[in-house]
Amino acid sequence: MSVVPVTISHTVELEIDGENVRVREGATILDACRAQGRDQPTLCYGDTLTPINACRVCVVEVEGSRVLVPSCARKAEDGMVVRTDTERVRHSRKMVLEFLGSSVDLTTAPNVDGWMEEYEAKPERYGPPAPPAPEGARDRAQAGHHHAGDGQTAATVAQPVKVDNESYIRDYAKCILCYKCVEGCGTDWQNTFAIAVAGRGFDARISTEYAAPLPDSACVYCGNCIAVCPTGALMFKSEHDMREDGTWDESEQTVTETICSYCGVGCSLELHVQDNSIVKVTSPLDHGITRGNLCVKGRFGYQYVQNRPDEE
Amino acid sequence: MDLRLTNQEPTEAERAAVDSVLGPPDSAWVGGERGDDGHAAHGGHAARAQRHLLLPVLHALQGRAGWISQAGLGYACRRLTVPPAEAYGVASFYALFALEPRAPVVAHVCTDIACMCSGSVELVAELERTIGPSGERPSNGSAIWLESPCLGLCEQAPAVLVTRAGETPGEHSISKATAVDVSAALAGTSEQRTETLAPQTEGGGDGLRLLHRVGTIDPGSLDSYRGAGGYEALRTAFDIGPAGVIREVTDSKLLGRGGAAFPTGRKWDAVGRNPSMPHYIVCNADESEPGTFKDRVVIESDPFALIEALTIAGFATAAEHGYVYLRGEYPLAWSRLEHAIEQCRSRGLLGDDVMGRGFRFDIELRKGAGAYICGEETALFNSIEGYRGEPRSKPPFPVDKGLFGKPTVVNNVESLLNVLGILHDGGAEFARIGTEQSTGTRLFCLAGCVQRPGLYEAPFGVTLREVLDMAGGVRDGNDLKAVLLGGAAGGFVGPDMLDLELSFEATRAAGTTLGSGVVLVFDQTVDLVPILLRIAAFFRDESCGQCVPCRVGTVRQQEALLRLAADRPRGSVADETALLAEIAQAMRDASICGLGQTAANAIDSAINSLRVFEPQGA
Ligand SMILES: Cc1cc2nc3c(=O)[nH]c(=O)nc-3n(C[C@H](O)[C@H](O)[C@H](O)COP(=O)(O)O)c2cc1C
Ligand code: SF4
Ligand code: SF4
Ligand code: SF4
Ligand code: FES
Ligand code: FES
Repeated sequence: MSVVPVTISHTVELEIDGENVRVREGATILDACRAQGRDQPTLCYGDTLTPINACRVCVVEVEGSRVLVPSCARKAEDGMVVRTDTERVRHSRKMVLEFLGSSVDLTTAPNVDGWMEEYEAKPERYGPPAPPAPEGARDRAQAGHHHAGDGQTAATVAQPVKVDNESYIRDYAKCILCYKCVEGCGTDWQNTFAIAVAGRGFDARISTEYAAPLPDSACVYCGNCIAVCPTGALMFKSEHDMREDGTWDESEQTVTETICSYCGVGCSLELHVQDNSIVKVTSPLDHGITRGNLCVKGRFGYQYVQNRPDEE
Repeated sequence: MDLRLTNQEPTEAERAAVDSVLGPPDSAWVGGERGDDGHAAHGGHAARAQRHLLLPVLHALQGRAGWISQAGLGYACRRLTVPPAEAYGVASFYALFALEPRAPVVAHVCTDIACMCSGSVELVAELERTIGPSGERPSNGSAIWLESPCLGLCEQAPAVLVTRAGETPGEHSISKATAVDVSAALAGTSEQRTETLAPQTEGGGDGLRLLHRVGTIDPGSLDSYRGAGGYEALRTAFDIGPAGVIREVTDSKLLGRGGAAFPTGRKWDAVGRNPSMPHYIVCNADESEPGTFKDRVVIESDPFALIEALTIAGFATAAEHGYVYLRGEYPLAWSRLEHAIEQCRSRGLLGDDVMGRGFRFDIELRKGAGAYICGEETALFNSIEGYRGEPRSKPPFPVDKGLFGKPTVVNNVESLLNVLGILHDGGAEFARIGTEQSTGTRLFCLAGCVQRPGLYEAPFGVTLREVLDMAGGVRDGNDLKAVLLGGAAGGFVGPDMLDLELSFEATRAAGTTLGSGVVLVFDQTVDLVPILLRIAAFFRDESCGQCVPCRVGTVRQQEALLRLAADRPRGSVADETALLAEIAQAMRDASICGLGQTAANAIDSAINSLRVFEPQGA
């Protein structure tokens, strides 16, 4: 005998900045804010990933809570009173943006400039940046030990870009440690576990085992980590090279939607084309089944489409 | 999950180290079902369920070889079906593990705040002169010395922990260490040398509730413990039943002694009622708050008391499985507790039928590996489970989803110890001791510039002056400059606060905290600025790195203090202290856990109460 499921859709009602909002049970405060048309800044949050609420740029005040709460992760509750624009909220958001802006290269992170302005963040006030770490130095940092310096320069995560394969590069000078790539590679999607967070504190970093180059790691080049990286730390090598040469120009690019022809799954592809060449491949994050994920063939196996005889 | 493993072969020693924890492999192939390409293991469930053995396995590798090699870790990963990148992430989280070849003998020399008041600065200078810089192997030596955060031996400063890797690995502590002692340690000729400093117990400990057995019983003998009234409380517990125990603990109004002051009875009740099974009970003995050593003294001197209390907690909350998470730097406490657990097992006080009352309970001991954050209760769960010691976000709370996702009671050693007296006298009687809201007695860790440093017990409500007097006052008749209450996460108070009543409510009202019971004394000869720099360095080192306010905030806080200390502020001194206040506010408001939320407290109090950076300041 089959049981007919009875679905009763429960909702909760809360107050955000003085206005009442009703959302489905299980929705987050962020969902509720968005439903109400008040988007909040987010960095580590991704629609397709389990929230780990690490960046804290989305914090809000909830009545009765001693500390601020991350709107991206905290579930909305009946009767909650939320404030998104108080002095305390603005202060923490400003400081988070300054902390990141003064320690991480955010030049390829979208949206950040606007938030910096909105919250009057001044990352420069922590002093000039300290010189970048030599290659591999951050990879070897021992937990519980650090070199303090004299405080006259601001410590950063600057270090050389890791270019160890033809598909994509890892520029950890741009890494805000949002854990998204780790989740994408691991439990949330790919189940490959090629990368994890290593080290501790300011020396925490995304790493393969013993910082092995990607070709020696478990990486299968699905590029699903690139798809979720919010700062451009993970990037197609083609994009990286063009940016280095100064030829990257998004205004000159077209995006063609198509279906991957390698297998029967039929993942949606978005081919980004500049000067008649594919420069990167993405997949729509809102796609009901694949949620932006691809395998190595769809992501990087595009060379054959542009093997033009005249280029041989 | 597919595991991709390197083909590097572990050494025989590394293999033996891993097998010593996991047992010999069943077949020549050692991890799940073998994949087609020869080096992929497809996660066997049985293997993956052993992930909680990762930390013990890492200890075994480190202990055998002095560092954890890629081949050794790879073998462990194969046996446990853990992806190597994750295992590397876990190993590199802990300060006591090395991931590059390192000398087998290491002297960890405490440079933290209590030791700074008692000769560690001079000790380090002498080591640099006679042996060489920290971390550098002297020519033809097989040993190095490293700087360490507080080793929990603050009353016997300066402290050193020696770790020795090899076929028979071992650790020992050396108190009141000199450069000669460290040289001996590096030459392999030192041994355990510490004392028990609890001056109130010298006359026999009469009238003390928590320390009365310290020094009067043999910590290695169950009979000695029973002869001193041991296991009467568990008998009472069996007589009054789980609900009775929870009622007494609730009536006692016992508040947790680990820092957060949460009512113990409420916690036990919530877990006891939780329909999700199994339940766990975890004793938090990670004790890494600089200036704190109380749990060490208790475990070293009275280990059976902790086992009995934990058994009662298990009985009251329907937990069959208890864990003690002991910090890795406590070798004597470890061996005494391990021995005591063995004795209890062999005498039917742990196991399938405790005291013949049909109650099943056993205790597993877990060793930390150098991470203050693992004292935070949810980070502790992750650490036991074989993950990085990163705090989880709350809610859910441990009473709903704790260890292995199950309802869990976490209690500090001192909180648990109180339960014995509560069952002996009854909760209501217990509640008459101390103050209205802070019932019972408290252990105070007196160290720094006091005449008789050590562990003291006094009822809540005692004043700071009275506690200082118990320890003979300020050392050498010097003037008091400041007291740090509650450890690095606590706050400084000045000599004007000597009449402060030491209770949860009075310290809270005064804007400070009792924290873990630290009363660290500074006399007028101590310059507080280097102390503040050490506290800032501590928090930078110990932040897990998960959230931005703490990961970067602790660095920016340290940098601003360095500028102030060098008298090279950006802008004026007032600009810098204003910046520190802004950093403090964001860390307090937006950090995930208590570490970030309190990382600015001591510095903030030194600036605002003691006015350290003002011309006439301390
Ligand atoms: C950074 C940090 C470190 C902590 N360290 C310890 C510790 O070493 N021992 C301890 O009992 N509690 C520690 N705590 C508090 C625990 O999270 C928890 O509140 C406590 O173990 C609960 O036990 P209690 O109720 O008996 O106090 C720490 C908290 C934080 C935020
Ligand atoms: S490309 Fe795929 S397998 Fe490789 S690290 Fe990124 S998510 Fe993991
Ligand atoms: S590499 Fe990108 S996705 Fe990964 S943690 Fe850093 S910023 Fe996040
Ligand atoms: S506050 Fe610090 S220790 Fe706590 S989760 Fe954040 S980074 Fe980790
Ligand atoms: S977006 Fe919410 S904490 Fe990062
Ligand atoms: S042992 Fe050195 S400060 Fe605690």
